[in-house]
Amino acid sequence: MPRAEPTHAAARRVMVDAQDVHKRYGRDEVLKGISLQVPAGEVLCLIGPSGSGKSTLLRCINHLEKIQAGRIEVDGEPIGYRQRGDVLYELPEREVCRQRAHIGMVFQRFNLFAHLTVMQNIVEAPLHVKREPKAQAQQRALALLERVGLADKAGAYPGHLSGGQQQRVAIARALAMQPKLMLFDEPTSALDPELVDEVLAVMRGLADDGMTMIVVTHEMAFARDAGDRVAFMDGGVIVESGPPGELLARPRHERTRAFLSRLIDEAKAA
Amino acid sequence: MPTLRVVPLRRPWLWSSSALFVALLAWLAVAIWRNPNIQHAVIWQFQFAPAILQGLRTTVVLALLAAVIGLGLGIVLAVMRLSDSRVLRLGSGLYVWLLRGTPLLVQILVWGNFALLFATIGPFSTNAVLTPFVASVIALGLNEAAYMAEIVRAGILAVDRGQHEAALALGMSRALALRRIVLPQALRVIIPPAGNQFISLLKATSLVSVIAGGDLLTAAQNISSANLHTIELMLVATFWYLAITSVSSLGQHAIERRLGRAAAQTHAAR
Repeated sequence: MPRAEPTHAAARRVMVDAQDVHKRYGRDEVLKGISLQVPAGEVLCLIGPSGSGKSTLLRCINHLEKIQAGRIEVDGEPIGYRQRGDVLYELPEREVCRQRAHIGMVFQRFNLFAHLTVMQNIVEAPLHVKREPKAQAQQRALALLERVGLADKAGAYPGHLSGGQQQRVAIARALAMQPKLMLFDEPTSALDPELVDEVLAVMRGLADDGMTMIVVTHEMAFARDAGDRVAFMDGGVIVESGPPGELLARPRHERTRAFLSRLIDEAKAA
Repeated sequence: MPTLRVVPLRRPWLWSSSALFVALLAWLAVAIWRNPNIQHAVIWQFQFAPAILQGLRTTVVLALLAAVIGLGLGIVLAVMRLSDSRVLRLGSGLYVWLLRGTPLLVQILVWGNFALLFATIGPFSTNAVLTPFVASVIALGLNEAAYMAEIVRAGILAVDRGQHEAALALGMSRALALRRIVLPQALRVIIPPAGNQFISLLKATSLVSVIAGGDLLTAAQNISSANLHTIELMLVATFWYLAITSVSSLGQHAIERRLGRAAAQTHAAR
Protein backbone atom coordinates (compact mmCIF):
# COMPACT_ATOMS: atom_id res chain seq x y z
CA MET A 1 0.00 0.00 0.00
CA PRO A 2 1.38 3.47 -0.84
CA ARG A 3 2.68 5.51 2.07
CA ALA A 4 1.65 9.03 2.88
CA GLU A 5 4.80 11.00 2.06
CA PRO A 6 6.44 12.72 5.05
CA THR A 7 6.95 15.81 2.86
CA HIS A 8 3.31 16.67 3.52
CA ALA A 9 4.13 16.93 7.21
CA ALA A 10 3.57 20.67 7.34
CA ALA A 11 0.02 20.24 6.13
CA ARG A 12 -0.73 17.34 8.47
CA ARG A 13 -2.17 17.79 11.93
CA VAL A 14 -0.04 17.11 14.97
CA MET A 15 -1.12 13.87 16.65
CA VAL A 16 1.11 14.03 19.71
CA ASP A 17 2.43 17.27 21.13
CA ALA A 18 4.50 17.06 24.32
CA GLN A 19 5.80 20.25 25.92
CA ASP A 20 8.49 20.24 28.62
CA VAL A 21 7.23 17.06 30.31
CA HIS A 22 8.68 16.26 33.74
CA LYS A 23 8.14 13.01 35.60
CA ARG A 24 9.52 12.09 39.01
CA TYR A 25 9.38 8.93 41.10
CA GLY A 26 10.00 10.37 44.54
CA ARG A 27 13.39 12.16 44.25
CA ASP A 28 14.30 10.38 41.05
CA GLU A 29 13.55 12.50 37.97
CA VAL A 30 13.11 10.14 35.02
CA LEU A 31 11.83 12.68 32.47
CA LYS A 32 13.64 16.00 32.57
CA GLY A 33 11.73 18.23 30.21
CA ILE A 34 10.70 16.28 27.12
CA SER A 35 9.32 18.17 24.13
CA LEU A 36 8.17 16.18 21.14
CA GLN A 37 5.86 16.57 18.15
CA VAL A 38 4.55 13.62 16.20
CA PRO A 39 2.55 14.49 13.05
CA ALA A 40 -0.40 12.25 12.16
CA GLY A 41 0.76 9.23 10.16
CA GLU A 42 4.34 9.36 11.38
CA VAL A 43 6.17 6.34 12.79
CA LEU A 44 8.50 7.54 15.53
CA CYS A 45 10.99 5.08 17.00
CA LEU A 46 12.31 5.82 20.47
CA ILE A 47 15.69 4.29 21.13
CA GLY A 48 18.12 4.56 24.01
CA PRO A 49 19.69 2.62 26.88
CA SER A 50 17.44 1.03 29.50
CA GLY A 51 16.47 3.47 32.21
CA SER A 52 16.61 6.41 29.81
CA GLY A 53 12.87 7.10 30.24
CA LYS A 54 11.56 5.79 26.88
CA SER A 55 8.91 3.52 28.36
CA THR A 56 7.94 6.10 30.97
CA LEU A 57 7.38 8.71 28.26
CA LEU A 58 5.18 6.24 26.40
CA ARG A 59 3.15 5.51 29.54
CA CYS A 60 2.68 9.23 30.19
CA ILE A 61 1.11 9.67 26.75
CA ASN A 62 -1.90 7.54 27.74
CA HIS A 63 -1.77 8.71 31.36
CA LEU A 64 -0.81 5.34 32.85
CA GLU A 65 1.76 7.54 34.58
CA LYS A 66 1.00 10.99 35.93
CA ILE A 67 3.31 13.83 35.00
CA GLN A 68 4.51 16.47 37.44
CA ALA A 69 4.93 19.35 35.00
CA GLY A 70 4.47 20.14 31.33
CA ARG A 71 1.64 19.03 29.07
CA ILE A 72 0.90 16.28 26.59
CA GLU A 73 -1.72 16.71 23.89
CA VAL A 74 -3.06 13.94 21.69
CA ASP A 75 -4.97 15.14 18.63
CA GLY A 76 -5.25 18.60 20.17
CA GLU A 77 -6.66 17.40 23.50
CA PRO A 78 -4.59 17.66 26.71
CA ILE A 79 -4.23 14.17 28.20
CA GLY A 80 -5.20 13.57 31.82
CA TYR A 81 -5.51 17.21 32.73
CA ARG A 82 -7.62 20.27 32.02
CA GLN A 83 -5.90 23.62 31.89
CA ARG A 84 -7.46 26.67 33.56
CA GLY A 85 -5.16 29.66 33.52
CA ASP A 86 -1.73 28.45 34.59
CA VAL A 87 -3.00 25.41 36.47
CA LEU A 88 -3.55 21.85 35.25
CA TYR A 89 -6.42 20.05 36.95
CA GLU A 90 -6.43 16.27 36.82
CA LEU A 91 -9.43 14.92 34.90
CA PRO A 92 -12.00 12.58 36.47
CA GLU A 93 -11.54 8.87 35.70
CA ARG A 94 -14.40 8.80 33.19
CA GLU A 95 -12.65 11.43 31.04
CA VAL A 96 -9.28 9.70 31.26
CA CYS A 97 -10.91 6.42 30.17
CA ARG A 98 -12.53 8.15 27.19
CA GLN A 99 -9.13 9.52 26.14
CA ARG A 100 -7.36 6.17 26.59
CA ALA A 101 -9.98 4.43 24.45
CA HIS A 102 -8.56 6.32 21.43
CA ILE A 103 -4.94 5.38 22.18
CA GLY A 104 -3.86 1.79 21.60
CA MET A 105 -1.02 0.29 23.60
CA VAL A 106 1.03 -2.85 23.10
CA PHE A 107 3.14 -4.13 25.98
CA GLN A 108 6.45 -5.92 26.16
CA ARG A 109 4.86 -8.83 28.07
CA PHE A 110 1.74 -8.94 25.81
CA ASN A 111 -0.65 -8.83 28.80
CA LEU A 112 -3.41 -10.73 27.05
CA PHE A 113 -6.29 -11.51 29.42
CA ALA A 114 -5.37 -15.03 30.46
CA HIS A 115 -8.91 -16.15 31.33
CA LEU A 116 -10.40 -15.14 27.99
CA THR A 117 -10.10 -16.64 24.51
CA VAL A 118 -8.44 -14.73 21.68
CA MET A 119 -11.85 -13.62 20.39
CA GLN A 120 -13.02 -12.58 23.86
CA ASN A 121 -9.78 -10.64 24.40
CA ILE A 122 -10.39 -8.62 21.25
CA VAL A 123 -14.09 -7.87 21.75
CA GLU A 124 -13.83 -7.19 25.50
CA ALA A 125 -13.20 -3.44 25.27
CA PRO A 126 -15.41 -2.75 22.22
CA LEU A 127 -18.31 -4.48 24.03
CA HIS A 128 -17.83 -3.11 27.53
CA VAL A 129 -16.14 0.26 26.96
CA LYS A 130 -17.62 1.36 23.64
CA ARG A 131 -20.84 -0.68 24.08
CA GLU A 132 -20.79 -1.83 20.48
CA PRO A 133 -23.29 -4.42 19.25
CA LYS A 134 -21.84 -7.91 19.68
CA ALA A 135 -22.15 -8.93 16.03
CA GLN A 136 -20.31 -5.82 14.86
CA ALA A 137 -17.50 -6.25 17.40
CA GLN A 138 -17.02 -9.91 16.49
CA GLN A 139 -17.04 -9.19 12.79
CA ARG A 140 -14.28 -6.61 13.18
CA ALA A 141 -12.36 -8.93 15.50
CA LEU A 142 -12.36 -11.64 12.83
CA ALA A 143 -11.17 -9.15 10.21
CA LEU A 144 -8.35 -8.06 12.54
CA LEU A 145 -7.36 -11.66 13.25
CA GLU A 146 -7.26 -12.23 9.52
CA ARG A 147 -5.00 -9.23 9.17
CA VAL A 148 -2.51 -10.44 11.80
CA GLY A 149 -2.65 -13.95 10.31
CA LEU A 150 -4.39 -15.70 13.19
CA ALA A 151 -7.93 -16.22 11.90
CA ASP A 152 -7.78 -19.88 12.99
CA LYS A 153 -6.93 -19.02 16.62
CA ALA A 154 -10.14 -17.18 17.61
CA GLY A 155 -11.15 -19.86 20.10
CA ALA A 156 -7.71 -20.48 21.61
CA TYR A 157 -6.60 -19.30 25.05
CA PRO A 158 -3.49 -17.06 25.22
CA GLY A 159 -1.60 -19.79 27.09
CA HIS A 160 -1.80 -22.01 24.01
CA LEU A 161 -0.16 -19.46 21.71
CA SER A 162 3.50 -18.71 21.07
CA GLY A 163 4.88 -15.35 22.18
CA GLY A 164 4.77 -14.00 18.64
CA GLN A 165 1.17 -15.09 18.22
CA GLN A 166 0.22 -13.56 21.57
CA GLN A 167 1.78 -10.24 20.60
CA ARG A 168 -0.06 -10.24 17.28
CA VAL A 169 -3.33 -10.84 19.14
CA ALA A 170 -2.41 -7.98 21.49
CA ILE A 171 -1.99 -5.70 18.48
CA ALA A 172 -5.37 -6.82 17.12
CA ARG A 173 -6.92 -6.19 20.55
CA ALA A 174 -5.60 -2.62 20.58
CA LEU A 175 -6.73 -2.02 16.97
CA ALA A 176 -10.25 -3.23 17.80
CA MET A 177 -10.84 0.08 19.59
CA GLN A 178 -10.03 1.89 16.32
CA PRO A 179 -7.35 4.08 17.92
CA LYS A 180 -5.91 7.16 16.27
CA LEU A 181 -2.51 6.52 17.85
CA MET A 182 -0.65 3.31 18.70
CA LEU A 183 2.02 3.05 21.39
CA PHE A 184 4.40 0.07 21.34
CA ASP A 185 6.48 -0.58 24.46
CA GLU A 186 9.37 -2.84 23.38
CA PRO A 187 6.93 -5.14 21.56
CA THR A 188 9.56 -7.69 20.53
CA SER A 189 11.91 -7.67 23.54
CA ALA A 190 10.24 -10.63 25.27
CA LEU A 191 10.17 -12.76 22.12
CA ASP A 192 12.43 -15.58 21.01
CA PRO A 193 14.54 -14.27 18.08
CA GLU A 194 12.79 -16.40 15.48
CA LEU A 195 9.39 -14.91 16.45
CA VAL A 196 10.41 -11.24 16.16
CA ASP A 197 9.85 -10.92 12.42
CA GLU A 198 6.20 -12.00 12.40
CA VAL A 199 5.37 -9.19 14.87
CA LEU A 200 7.47 -6.61 13.03
CA ALA A 201 5.72 -7.56 9.78
CA VAL A 202 2.33 -6.75 11.30
CA MET A 203 3.69 -3.43 12.58
CA ARG A 204 5.13 -2.58 9.15
CA GLY A 205 1.72 -3.23 7.60
CA LEU A 206 0.16 -0.90 10.14
CA ALA A 207 2.73 1.80 9.38
CA ASP A 208 2.07 1.42 5.65
CA ASP A 209 -1.62 2.03 6.28
CA GLY A 210 -0.75 5.41 7.77
CA MET A 211 -1.26 4.67 11.49
CA THR A 212 0.49 7.12 13.81
CA MET A 213 2.88 5.02 15.88
CA ILE A 214 5.37 5.59 18.66
CA VAL A 215 7.59 2.55 19.03
CA VAL A 216 10.05 2.00 21.86
CA THR A 217 12.41 -0.55 20.36
CA HIS A 218 15.88 -2.02 20.17
CA GLU A 219 15.24 -3.29 16.63
CA MET A 220 17.46 -0.94 14.59
CA ALA A 221 16.51 -2.66 11.34
CA PHE A 222 12.85 -1.88 12.01
CA ALA A 223 13.69 1.72 12.98
CA ARG A 224 15.69 2.11 9.77
CA ASP A 225 13.18 0.83 7.26
CA ALA A 226 9.78 1.36 8.93
CA GLY A 227 10.44 4.50 10.97
CA ASP A 228 9.96 8.02 9.62
CA ARG A 229 11.98 9.43 12.46
CA VAL A 230 14.16 8.15 15.27
CA ALA A 231 14.61 9.88 18.62
CA PHE A 232 17.48 8.92 20.90
CA MET A 233 16.78 9.27 24.64
CA ASP A 234 19.32 9.18 27.44
CA GLY A 235 19.07 10.25 31.08
CA GLY A 236 15.51 11.53 30.79
CA VAL A 237 16.03 13.86 27.81
CA ILE A 238 15.77 13.51 24.04
CA VAL A 239 19.40 13.89 22.97
CA GLU A 240 18.67 14.13 19.24
CA SER A 241 16.14 13.07 16.67
CA GLY A 242 16.04 12.86 12.91
CA PRO A 243 15.36 10.65 9.91
CA PRO A 244 16.61 7.12 10.62
CA GLY A 245 19.07 7.15 7.72
CA GLU A 246 20.82 10.22 9.12
CA LEU A 247 20.62 9.57 12.85
CA LEU A 248 21.67 5.94 12.71
CA ALA A 249 24.42 6.48 10.14
CA ARG A 250 25.78 9.87 11.25
CA PRO A 251 24.79 10.60 14.86
CA ARG A 252 25.72 14.15 15.90
CA HIS A 253 26.10 13.51 19.62
CA GLU A 254 28.76 11.55 21.41
CA ARG A 255 26.20 9.72 23.60
CA THR A 256 24.25 8.58 20.54
CA ARG A 257 27.43 7.35 18.90
CA ALA A 258 28.42 5.44 22.05
CA PHE A 259 24.99 3.81 22.30
CA LEU A 260 24.91 2.79 18.64
CA SER A 261 28.45 1.40 18.60
CA ARG A 262 27.64 -0.60 21.74
CA LEU A 263 24.59 -2.06 19.95
CA ILE A 264 26.74 -2.99 16.94
CA ASP A 265 29.32 -4.65 19.20
CA GLU A 266 26.58 -6.65 20.88
CA ALA A 267 25.18 -7.70 17.52
CA LYS A 268 28.65 -8.84 16.45
CA ALA A 269 29.18 -10.74 19.69
CA ALA A 270 25.83 -12.53 19.29
CA MET B 1 20.22 -63.65 30.16
CA PRO B 2 17.63 -64.83 32.72
CA THR B 3 15.14 -62.26 33.99
CA LEU B 4 16.19 -61.16 37.47
CA ARG B 5 13.60 -61.24 40.23
CA VAL B 6 13.19 -58.10 42.38
CA VAL B 7 12.60 -58.47 46.12
CA PRO B 8 11.36 -55.26 47.78
CA LEU B 9 12.90 -54.28 51.09
CA ARG B 10 11.02 -55.88 54.01
CA ARG B 11 9.50 -53.25 56.28
CA PRO B 12 8.32 -55.08 59.40
CA TRP B 13 7.79 -51.88 61.40
CA LEU B 14 5.46 -50.42 58.79
CA TRP B 15 3.38 -53.58 58.89
CA SER B 16 3.24 -53.97 62.65
CA SER B 17 2.44 -50.28 63.29
CA SER B 18 -0.33 -50.41 60.70
CA ALA B 19 -1.78 -53.51 62.30
CA LEU B 20 -1.62 -51.88 65.73
CA PHE B 21 -3.40 -48.80 64.38
CA VAL B 22 -6.24 -50.88 62.87
CA ALA B 23 -6.59 -52.86 66.11
CA LEU B 24 -6.83 -49.65 68.18
CA LEU B 25 -9.43 -48.23 65.85
CA ALA B 26 -11.51 -51.41 66.00
CA TRP B 27 -11.27 -51.51 69.78
CA LEU B 28 -12.44 -47.86 70.00
CA ALA B 29 -15.39 -48.49 67.68
CA VAL B 30 -16.46 -51.57 69.63
CA ALA B 31 -16.00 -49.75 72.96
CA ILE B 32 -18.33 -47.00 71.84
CA TRP B 33 -20.80 -49.26 70.08
CA ARG B 34 -20.97 -51.82 72.94
CA ASN B 35 -20.99 -49.14 75.61
CA PRO B 36 -23.96 -49.81 77.93
CA ASN B 37 -24.29 -46.05 78.50
CA ILE B 38 -25.19 -45.46 74.86
CA GLN B 39 -28.71 -46.35 73.84
CA HIS B 40 -28.76 -46.96 70.10
CA ALA B 41 -32.51 -46.67 70.01
CA VAL B 42 -32.22 -43.02 71.06
CA ILE B 43 -29.85 -42.31 68.17
CA TRP B 44 -32.21 -43.90 65.66
CA GLN B 45 -35.14 -42.10 67.26
CA PHE B 46 -33.60 -38.65 66.76
CA GLN B 47 -31.32 -39.00 63.72
CA PHE B 48 -34.14 -37.95 61.38
CA ALA B 49 -36.43 -36.27 63.94
CA PRO B 50 -38.22 -33.16 62.59
CA ALA B 51 -36.63 -30.91 65.27
CA ILE B 52 -33.11 -32.08 64.31
CA LEU B 53 -33.79 -31.68 60.57
CA GLN B 54 -35.16 -28.20 61.23
CA GLY B 55 -31.93 -27.38 63.10
CA LEU B 56 -29.88 -28.83 60.24
CA ARG B 57 -31.76 -26.63 57.77
CA THR B 58 -31.12 -23.55 59.94
CA THR B 59 -27.40 -24.41 60.17
CA VAL B 60 -27.08 -24.71 56.39
CA VAL B 61 -29.06 -21.51 55.74
CA LEU B 62 -27.02 -19.67 58.38
CA ALA B 63 -23.74 -20.77 56.81
CA LEU B 64 -24.87 -19.89 53.28
CA LEU B 65 -26.13 -16.42 54.27
CA ALA B 66 -22.97 -15.73 56.30
CA ALA B 67 -20.82 -16.90 53.38
CA VAL B 68 -22.62 -14.55 50.96
CA ILE B 69 -22.24 -11.60 53.37
CA GLY B 70 -18.64 -12.61 54.03
CA LEU B 71 -17.75 -12.78 50.33
CA GLY B 72 -19.50 -9.52 49.41
CA LEU B 73 -18.16 -7.54 52.35
CA GLY B 74 -14.80 -9.29 52.04
CA ILE B 75 -14.38 -8.06 48.45
CA VAL B 76 -15.29 -4.52 49.55
CA LEU B 77 -12.78 -4.69 52.43
CA ALA B 78 -10.07 -6.11 50.16
CA VAL B 79 -10.57 -3.33 47.60
CA MET B 80 -10.51 -0.75 50.44
CA ARG B 81 -7.25 -2.28 51.66
CA LEU B 82 -5.72 -1.85 48.20
CA SER B 83 -7.13 1.64 47.55
CA ASP B 84 -5.23 4.91 47.28
CA SER B 85 -6.97 6.38 50.34
CA ARG B 86 -5.09 6.02 53.59
CA VAL B 87 -8.36 6.34 55.54
CA LEU B 88 -10.01 3.46 53.64
CA ARG B 89 -6.88 1.31 54.02
CA LEU B 90 -6.78 2.01 57.74
CA GLY B 91 -10.53 1.38 58.11
CA SER B 92 -10.27 -1.99 56.42
CA GLY B 93 -7.21 -2.88 58.48
CA LEU B 94 -8.96 -1.94 61.73
CA TYR B 95 -12.00 -4.04 60.81
CA VAL B 96 -9.90 -7.12 60.12
CA TRP B 97 -7.79 -6.51 63.23
CA LEU B 98 -10.86 -6.25 65.48
CA LEU B 99 -12.97 -9.11 64.11
CA ARG B 100 -10.10 -11.53 63.58
CA GLY B 101 -8.52 -10.63 66.89
CA THR B 102 -11.51 -11.37 69.13
CA PRO B 103 -13.20 -14.73 69.74
CA LEU B 104 -16.17 -15.45 67.51
CA LEU B 105 -18.05 -16.60 70.62
CA VAL B 106 -17.70 -13.11 72.11
CA GLN B 107 -18.93 -11.51 68.88
CA ILE B 108 -21.96 -13.79 68.83
CA LEU B 109 -22.78 -12.95 72.44
CA VAL B 110 -22.49 -9.21 71.70
CA TRP B 111 -24.86 -9.41 68.71
CA GLY B 112 -27.21 -11.71 70.63
CA ASN B 113 -27.38 -9.23 73.50
CA PHE B 114 -27.39 -6.10 71.38
CA ALA B 115 -30.56 -4.90 73.14
CA LEU B 116 -28.48 -4.33 76.27
CA LEU B 117 -26.40 -1.83 74.27
CA PHE B 118 -29.14 -0.17 72.20
CA ALA B 119 -32.71 -0.86 73.32
CA THR B 120 -34.13 0.42 70.03
CA ILE B 121 -32.91 0.57 66.44
CA GLY B 122 -34.64 3.62 64.96
CA PRO B 123 -38.34 3.22 65.71
CA PHE B 124 -38.08 -0.54 66.28
CA SER B 125 -37.37 -2.55 69.40
CA THR B 126 -33.96 -4.16 69.07
CA ASN B 127 -35.22 -7.55 70.18
CA ALA B 128 -37.90 -7.52 67.48
CA VAL B 129 -35.37 -6.80 64.72
CA LEU B 130 -32.38 -8.78 65.96
CA THR B 131 -34.00 -12.15 66.49
CA PRO B 132 -31.50 -14.86 67.51
CA PHE B 133 -31.40 -15.97 63.87
CA VAL B 134 -30.73 -12.47 62.51
CA ALA B 135 -28.13 -11.83 65.21
CA SER B 136 -26.45 -15.13 64.28
CA VAL B 137 -26.37 -14.27 60.57
CA ILE B 138 -24.86 -10.85 61.29
CA ALA B 139 -22.27 -12.15 63.77
CA LEU B 140 -21.13 -14.99 61.49
CA GLY B 141 -21.27 -12.89 58.30
CA LEU B 142 -19.26 -9.99 59.70
CA ASN B 143 -16.67 -12.36 61.17
CA GLU B 144 -16.44 -14.31 57.92
CA ALA B 145 -15.87 -11.03 56.03
CA ALA B 146 -12.70 -10.33 58.03
CA TYR B 147 -11.17 -13.62 56.90
CA MET B 148 -12.49 -13.37 53.34
CA ALA B 149 -11.01 -9.86 53.04
CA GLU B 150 -7.53 -11.30 53.51
CA ILE B 151 -8.21 -14.20 51.14
CA VAL B 152 -9.60 -11.92 48.40
CA ARG B 153 -6.73 -9.44 48.87
CA ALA B 154 -4.17 -12.21 48.39
CA GLY B 155 -6.08 -13.34 45.29
CA ILE B 156 -6.09 -9.87 43.73
CA LEU B 157 -2.38 -9.41 44.46
CA ALA B 158 -1.64 -12.75 42.79
CA VAL B 159 -2.96 -11.47 39.44
CA ASP B 160 -0.19 -9.98 37.28
CA ARG B 161 -0.22 -6.19 37.42
CA GLY B 162 0.03 -6.11 33.62
CA GLN B 163 -3.52 -7.46 33.33
CA HIS B 164 -4.85 -4.42 35.17
CA GLU B 165 -2.71 -2.06 33.09
CA ALA B 166 -3.78 -3.61 29.80
CA ALA B 167 -7.41 -3.17 30.84
CA LEU B 168 -6.85 0.50 31.73
CA ALA B 169 -4.98 1.11 28.48
CA LEU B 170 -8.07 -0.11 26.59
CA GLY B 171 -10.16 2.57 28.31
CA MET B 172 -11.68 0.48 31.10
CA SER B 173 -12.40 2.16 34.42
CA ARG B 174 -10.68 0.67 37.45
CA ALA B 175 -14.00 -0.78 38.66
CA LEU B 176 -14.67 -2.43 35.29
CA ALA B 177 -11.10 -3.78 35.12
CA LEU B 178 -11.50 -5.26 38.60
CA ARG B 179 -14.85 -6.88 37.82
CA ARG B 180 -14.15 -8.19 34.31
CA ILE B 181 -10.40 -8.84 34.31
CA VAL B 182 -8.80 -9.06 37.76
CA LEU B 183 -11.41 -10.77 39.98
CA PRO B 184 -12.17 -13.62 37.54
CA GLN B 185 -8.45 -14.47 37.49
CA ALA B 186 -8.09 -13.99 41.24
CA LEU B 187 -10.78 -16.66 41.74
CA ARG B 188 -8.30 -19.47 41.07
CA VAL B 189 -6.25 -18.33 44.06
CA ILE B 190 -9.30 -17.47 46.18
CA ILE B 191 -11.29 -20.72 45.88
CA PRO B 192 -9.12 -23.20 47.86
CA PRO B 193 -8.78 -21.09 51.04
CA ALA B 194 -12.38 -19.87 50.66
CA GLY B 195 -13.50 -23.51 50.61
CA ASN B 196 -11.62 -24.22 53.84
CA GLN B 197 -13.14 -21.06 55.27
CA PHE B 198 -16.65 -22.26 54.38
CA ILE B 199 -16.08 -25.58 56.13
CA SER B 200 -14.88 -23.72 59.23
CA LEU B 201 -17.99 -21.58 58.97
CA LEU B 202 -20.29 -24.62 58.81
CA LYS B 203 -18.86 -25.81 62.12
CA ALA B 204 -18.70 -22.31 63.62
CA THR B 205 -22.48 -22.05 63.24
CA SER B 206 -22.68 -24.38 66.26
CA LEU B 207 -21.47 -21.47 68.42
CA VAL B 208 -24.77 -19.66 67.94
CA SER B 209 -26.35 -22.21 70.24
CA VAL B 210 -25.24 -19.87 73.06
CA ILE B 211 -27.85 -17.34 71.92
CA ALA B 212 -30.39 -20.05 71.02
CA GLY B 213 -29.77 -19.49 67.32
CA GLY B 214 -31.99 -22.43 66.39
CA ASP B 215 -29.16 -24.28 64.64
CA LEU B 216 -28.41 -28.03 64.63
CA LEU B 217 -26.53 -27.98 67.94
CA THR B 218 -29.26 -25.87 69.62
CA ALA B 219 -31.83 -28.43 68.47
CA ALA B 220 -29.74 -31.33 69.75
CA GLN B 221 -29.15 -29.63 73.09
CA ASN B 222 -32.83 -28.78 73.50
CA ILE B 223 -33.65 -32.46 73.18
CA SER B 224 -30.77 -33.72 75.33
CA SER B 225 -31.54 -31.31 78.15
CA ALA B 226 -35.02 -32.85 78.27
CA ASN B 227 -34.10 -36.55 77.99
CA LEU B 228 -30.51 -36.38 79.37
CA HIS B 229 -29.12 -38.52 76.50
CA THR B 230 -26.32 -36.01 75.84
CA ILE B 231 -23.83 -38.30 74.08
CA GLU B 232 -26.45 -39.89 71.85
CA LEU B 233 -27.64 -36.49 70.64
CA MET B 234 -24.07 -35.27 70.10
CA LEU B 235 -23.55 -38.37 67.92
CA VAL B 236 -26.71 -37.45 66.01
CA ALA B 237 -25.36 -33.91 65.47
CA THR B 238 -21.86 -35.22 64.63
CA PHE B 239 -23.27 -37.35 61.84
CA TRP B 240 -24.98 -34.37 60.24
CA TYR B 241 -21.99 -32.04 60.63
CA LEU B 242 -19.77 -34.62 58.93
CA ALA B 243 -22.37 -35.03 56.20
CA ILE B 244 -22.55 -31.33 55.31
CA THR B 245 -18.80 -30.69 55.58
CA SER B 246 -18.18 -33.72 53.33
CA VAL B 247 -20.61 -32.41 50.74
CA SER B 248 -18.97 -28.99 50.71
CA SER B 249 -15.50 -30.58 50.45
CA LEU B 250 -16.68 -32.43 47.35
CA GLY B 251 -18.06 -29.17 45.95
CA GLN B 252 -14.74 -27.43 46.60
CA HIS B 253 -12.79 -30.17 44.80
CA ALA B 254 -15.13 -30.00 41.82
CA ILE B 255 -14.69 -26.22 41.48
CA GLU B 256 -10.91 -26.46 41.92
CA ARG B 257 -10.69 -29.12 39.23
CA ARG B 258 -12.60 -26.90 36.78
CA LEU B 259 -10.49 -23.82 37.56
CA GLY B 260 -7.37 -25.99 37.51
CA ARG B 261 -8.10 -27.03 33.95
CA ALA B 262 -8.40 -23.40 32.85
CA ALA B 263 -5.17 -22.59 34.70
CA ALA B 264 -3.33 -25.46 33.03
CA GLN B 265 -4.34 -23.97 29.69
CA THR B 266 -3.10 -20.57 30.77
CA HIS B 267 0.35 -21.74 31.74
CA ALA B 268 0.86 -24.40 29.10
CA ALA B 269 2.77 -22.31 26.57
CA ARG B 270 4.67 -19.97 28.85
